[in-house]
Amino acid sequence: MVNNLVEIRDLVVDRGKRRVLDGLHLTIEQGTVTGLLGPSGCGKSTLMRSLVGVQQLTSGSVQVGGVEAGSKELRPRLGYVTQDASIYLDLTVRENLEFFARVLGSDGDAVSRAIERVDLADHADQVVGRLSGGQLSRASLAVALLGSPDLLVLDEPTVGLDPVLRRDLWVLFHRLAEDGAAVFVSSHVMDEADRCDRLLLMRDGRIIADDTPDRIRALTHTDDIEAAFLVLVADAEGGGRA
Amino acid sequence: MNPRILLAVTARVLTQLRRDRRTVAMLLVLPCVLITLLWWMFSDLPGDLFDRFGPALLAVFPFTVMFLVTSVTTLRERSSGTLERLLAMPMGKVDFLVGYALAFGLVATLQAALAVTLSVWVLGLSIAGHVWLLGLVAVVDAILGTALGLFVSAFAQTEFQAVQFMPLFVIPQIILCGLFVPRTAMPPVLEAISNLLPLSYATDAMQHLVRYTTTAEVWRDLAVVAAFAVGALVLGAATLRRRTP
Repeated sequence: MVNNLVEIRDLVVDRGKRRVLDGLHLTIEQGTVTGLLGPSGCGKSTLMRSLVGVQQLTSGSVQVGGVEAGSKELRPRLGYVTQDASIYLDLTVRENLEFFARVLGSDGDAVSRAIERVDLADHADQVVGRLSGGQLSRASLAVALLGSPDLLVLDEPTVGLDPVLRRDLWVLFHRLAEDGAAVFVSSHVMDEADRCDRLLLMRDGRIIADDTPDRIRALTHTDDIEAAFLVLVADAEGGGRA
Repeated sequence: MNPRILLAVTARVLTQLRRDRRTVAMLLVLPCVLITLLWWMFSDLPGDLFDRFGPALLAVFPFTVMFLVTSVTTLRERSSGTLERLLAMPMGKVDFLVGYALAFGLVATLQAALAVTLSVWVLGLSIAGHVWLLGLVAVVDAILGTALGLFVSAFAQTEFQAVQFMPLFVIPQIILCGLFVPRTAMPPVLEAISNLLPLSYATDAMQHLVRYTTTAEVWRDLAVVAAFAVGALVLGAATLRRRTP
């Protein structure tokens, strides 16, 4: 039996007068790395905010483990990286993590473990504001890893990282998934698609494809995801006119 | 309310402040410098002008400084994404707000201790009442500044706007608190307005302590200031939304 951790039904989100998410249905399984790809502005971040329960919904429901997203009992079991640094620039990496660990109530080892996992041990006592962009986003990712979360929601965590580091992080995401977590990662870099177990392609608030990267390519008779995306967009627009 | 989380916020804010030496210097030294400047300005004039203005300033400085520091700090928390992250964690709004108020309250205590010590023992401010009560009024007043700063930060989009709230929220209170004209000598409309402003009560308490040894009036004024601070914190909590549009 497939264990669906997340169930999204009929999700509609309006921001201002704009409809950002338009009747979204989605389930996310435990133990998988699900990628969310699409151009910027297509609603990726809003979907992720809905998942962690900080987005006001217009209608529909988002359930995580059978309870409403954002519920009190879910909050300690969630790892969330926003697109902003969302970390204190005037504290060191360790001070940041120690603070968030105390908020989460994690044990003392969690901080060192998280620092090791994002490979920042050499910079642990450096003030975050002096780190490079890539180090900064890794520090932010470390915060999300603190509580050994069941659901990791990562909004473009690999932006601006070098290829070696990106590969290492994807290995880490898969290891977390093997340990049972559902990892939900967004990216606007299409070449990261192959690293996901399952791929969601998103455009204008709708999911236009939902399958493994291989099957998406096979179905669209293309060699890479970027081409597949273009075929799907053309199909959707052609279908709309017909 | 969760004491572990609340104290984590307090400790973190204090660590951040410790990193920012310049702000700490401004918080602790600046009020002393300004009070000294006032004393110096009055020093060659006949009468006891410093005794008249000094106590009111002990109420105005902690309030103003804490208002500014808090509104900018919390705004930064909102715009950097850390607030959103915290609210997705098991962080209660009360933990967040009281954690902040506690951290800045501690700084305010230090600030008040320095300003009162300087005024009374170095600059010769003569007060009839208890000196410690003078300090307590300053602390509660600073907490009021913190609470108001937390509240208004919700209405600012940039740090620039946050600073602009000072002329709106703070300066009218300074003008009407009884520092320049005794409140009873104001036109009735202005007196009525000043009755609605918390800084007036802090100033009343300070001025009372200078002249009288009785404490009942001071406690009543303190209660009013504290009530305003709690009210601002409650309003501040209402502006902290877990879910935003």
